[in-house]
Amino acid sequence: MVESIVSTGLAIGCIYALIGITYNVMFSASRVFSFTAGTLGMLGGVLGSLFIGRLGLPVAVGFLLALAGGVLLGIVTEIVAVRPVLKSLDQHLYVLSTLALALIVQQFTAIEWGTEARPFPRLFDIARGGFDQQFWLPMLACATVIVGLELLYRHTLIGRAFLAIAEDTYAARALGLPERSLRMASYALAGAIGALAGFAGGEMLLAFFGNGPMLTFYGFVPVALGGMGNNRGAVVAGLLLGLFQQTANFLVGGIFASVAVFTVFIIVLLARPEGLAGAAVQRRV
Amino acid sequence: MDMPMAQVRPGRADTLGATSALGVALPFLVLLAIGVTFPLFGGGYWGVIATRACVYWVLVSGLNLVVGFAGQIAIGWVALLTLGAYTTSVLAAGNVMPALPPYLALAIAAVVGAIFGLIVGLPALRLRTFYFAITTLGFATIVTQVALAWQSVTGGGVGVAGPIFPKPFDSQWGFYYFCFGLAAICTWMTANIAASRFGRALTAIRDAEVAAEACGIAKPQLLALVFLFSGAVAAVAGGLFASLQSYITPDAFTLDLSVLFFIAILIGGRSSILGPLLGTILLTVLPEFAAPLVAWSTFLYAVLLLVIVLAMPGGIAELLDFKNRRPLESGRAIVPRPELLDRLLAAPAGAGAGALTLEQVALAFGGVHAIDGLDLEIRSGQIHGLIGPNGSGKTTTLNVISGYYAQQSGAVRLNGAALPVLERHRRAHMRIARTFQTPRIVGSASVLQNVMIGGTIDGECTFVESLLSLPRHRRDEVLLRDTAMLALAAVGLERLAPVRADRLQHSELRFTEIARALMLRPAFLLLDEPAAGLSAEEIGRLGALVVAIARAGTGVLLVEHHADLIFDICHHVTVLNLGKNLAAGTPAEIRSHREVVNAYLGG
Repeated sequence: MVESIVSTGLAIGCIYALIGITYNVMFSASRVFSFTAGTLGMLGGVLGSLFIGRLGLPVAVGFLLALAGGVLLGIVTEIVAVRPVLKSLDQHLYVLSTLALALIVQQFTAIEWGTEARPFPRLFDIARGGFDQQFWLPMLACATVIVGLELLYRHTLIGRAFLAIAEDTYAARALGLPERSLRMASYALAGAIGALAGFAGGEMLLAFFGNGPMLTFYGFVPVALGGMGNNRGAVVAGLLLGLFQQTANFLVGGIFASVAVFTVFIIVLLARPEGLAGAAVQRRV
Repeated sequence: MDMPMAQVRPGRADTLGATSALGVALPFLVLLAIGVTFPLFGGGYWGVIATRACVYWVLVSGLNLVVGFAGQIAIGWVALLTLGAYTTSVLAAGNVMPALPPYLALAIAAVVGAIFGLIVGLPALRLRTFYFAITTLGFATIVTQVALAWQSVTGGGVGVAGPIFPKPFDSQWGFYYFCFGLAAICTWMTANIAASRFGRALTAIRDAEVAAEACGIAKPQLLALVFLFSGAVAAVAGGLFASLQSYITPDAFTLDLSVLFFIAILIGGRSSILGPLLGTILLTVLPEFAAPLVAWSTFLYAVLLLVIVLAMPGGIAELLDFKNRRPLESGRAIVPRPELLDRLLAAPAGAGAGALTLEQVALAFGGVHAIDGLDLEIRSGQIHGLIGPNGSGKTTTLNVISGYYAQQSGAVRLNGAALPVLERHRRAHMRIARTFQTPRIVGSASVLQNVMIGGTIDGECTFVESLLSLPRHRRDEVLLRDTAMLALAAVGLERLAPVRADRLQHSELRFTEIARALMLRPAFLLLDEPAAGLSAEEIGRLGALVVAIARAGTGVLLVEHHADLIFDICHHVTVLNLGKNLAAGTPAEIRSHREVVNAYLGG
């Protein structure tokens, strides 16, 4: 029992963490949170199931196409829902524009793919049991993304440019960094990470259009608790969230587990609005 | 004083208000007439649609105060509809306890809804926009899950029968009139709030939160009231919805509904009642005209939302706002009438020989000493000038006095008593008013409404009295309107009273802010660079106005870069440099102070 709680909890936690990282990558590039983060996860699962399960493409091809779908949605998010409203950041129009885009994609999926949850194909032809691929795939994906991002940010020029933009957009622009292209690249990267989350977690979450809002909410919890833009914080908080949710699932039953998660989330946020690991920002008059 | 007083008598404002009041009420009366006579032309199915529109509007009217007025992005309000629907149905069906009469069940649902409205809304007091949106979304997800899982009470996926209201509301048209009546009452109540100091305060919280605080508006209390109200009507809508559906399952309460409510408000436009009402009717009816589109309706709503946000953030309300399309006359001058100040400021609270003093106040941001051991005394009836180069700590000083920053040492005292640190909205109650370097104005409200915001704390009626438009509410409104007209006349802007504030010129906004500050009958008035961006002529008039304000007994702190203005009108001048007093004294002393001349004035 404990084993099952831990493996399910960590696997789900990795998916939440990946969606949290998706939020963060977009946020770092634009100071904007996007409602499409969870939609990307949903899309990863649906596209994977579509390409591999329904169309019978090889796993590797299906995987790449699913990621490409995520990249596309990431870029569309930047062009349609973020760039036009960046000028007036203080009006918070991005909340509405990204929400609208997320709903458009979600509804389109519901109509074209159907409103029922469909199975996600097994990626590797190995027998079920014990520590199954449905558990280790999300963990592997999460670990890969974390290591990959660290390498990108620390050892490549473009990664440093991302960091520079995140640190101070104006200064970065003054240095001649192509801010717009970098932002677009960040959104493309975020799209790939979000789709990867849904793809790797496909077997657990199924290919279901309703996963969008669910992931949008649970994926944001690690961001809020771990501190905005803090990827390590997001991973720790995501894993804790997954474990907490599964434990509560086991102790008080499936549904009241979500109530427990929600309650804890609200209480923590009210006590520390800047997140458990974040620092308060001075306000200016 | 040969100025004819009749010109500034409230009579003028009243005629203005009266003509527009009829214009405002007319569309509602038309809708009322259509609603009452609807059964005469509508057949069976259209009756259901019309009833549904009424039910939705009951919810949207309350949500409108949260979203359209207070600007809180609550996207998961369907949760409260769900809650109300289940509470009413379960209590009326007697699943868990003996069955209650439907009306009682509905009333209990309203109470439950109010409580949960408050719980869902609470995070808005502390969290940023996106966080709040997400928490309401999370709440919506969870309520549906609970409805699905709590089988013993809610019937789980199988559902539960909705309540049936007894005669005469059991027939189709009877129930329609029941819902229509509630919708009409909700329209009336929210319109009352919109036209009250509470409604104006909500828009101030939305568009100019800093100014709202400076006017003494306590955001937590006000938002809590709005969430209670909005939750209650949403739950009532839920009970009606359950009855209309006759049978409810968790599937009936998808996020799509939330989106519909939300978009109805955005299409309708912010700070409007009519706009969202038309939006709700439009969105309820639209899918019925195009049956093949029903499956795509939420998709289309989402597209609509995107288009509205990107193309016309003002919504229907802005399209319908004909009177603000007329061009304003150009070359208009601001001609203050300082002689009116005596009437306006008559016996400011706490008048007399008071003083606002700073003793050895220090505040550092990291390693930067913004102000470092500052002494200052502002006396009633005098103008105290505060000058110094950029970055010398002038605005920081002002922000410490008005509670935006907490000083790290030293004290700020009002008549000897230390001011509470950081409690911004209490400054207004102590009659300390201020203006801002960049005017903080509610752009979509009229100039008059903006000025009335300044008098929010002087209203006496409660939220409920305003909701029901009881006598005290009307008395407050008349008083606030008259005072605001007087304040506008005093600063020379009464002709612009009905104009949308975002159409004003920069200099006019500065004088609007002064009028708003005067609404407090301030014992002390803090002006943050009021002359910035004004023409030489306007600066002269501003100077005369400030002198008159001080003569009426108010102590003025004037932060300025225009040395001429400072030396012309101030009784005392303090010069700051690097957060410290460089010099203090009368204008004549300062003008000849060698260090000041070297460091700042030049020459």
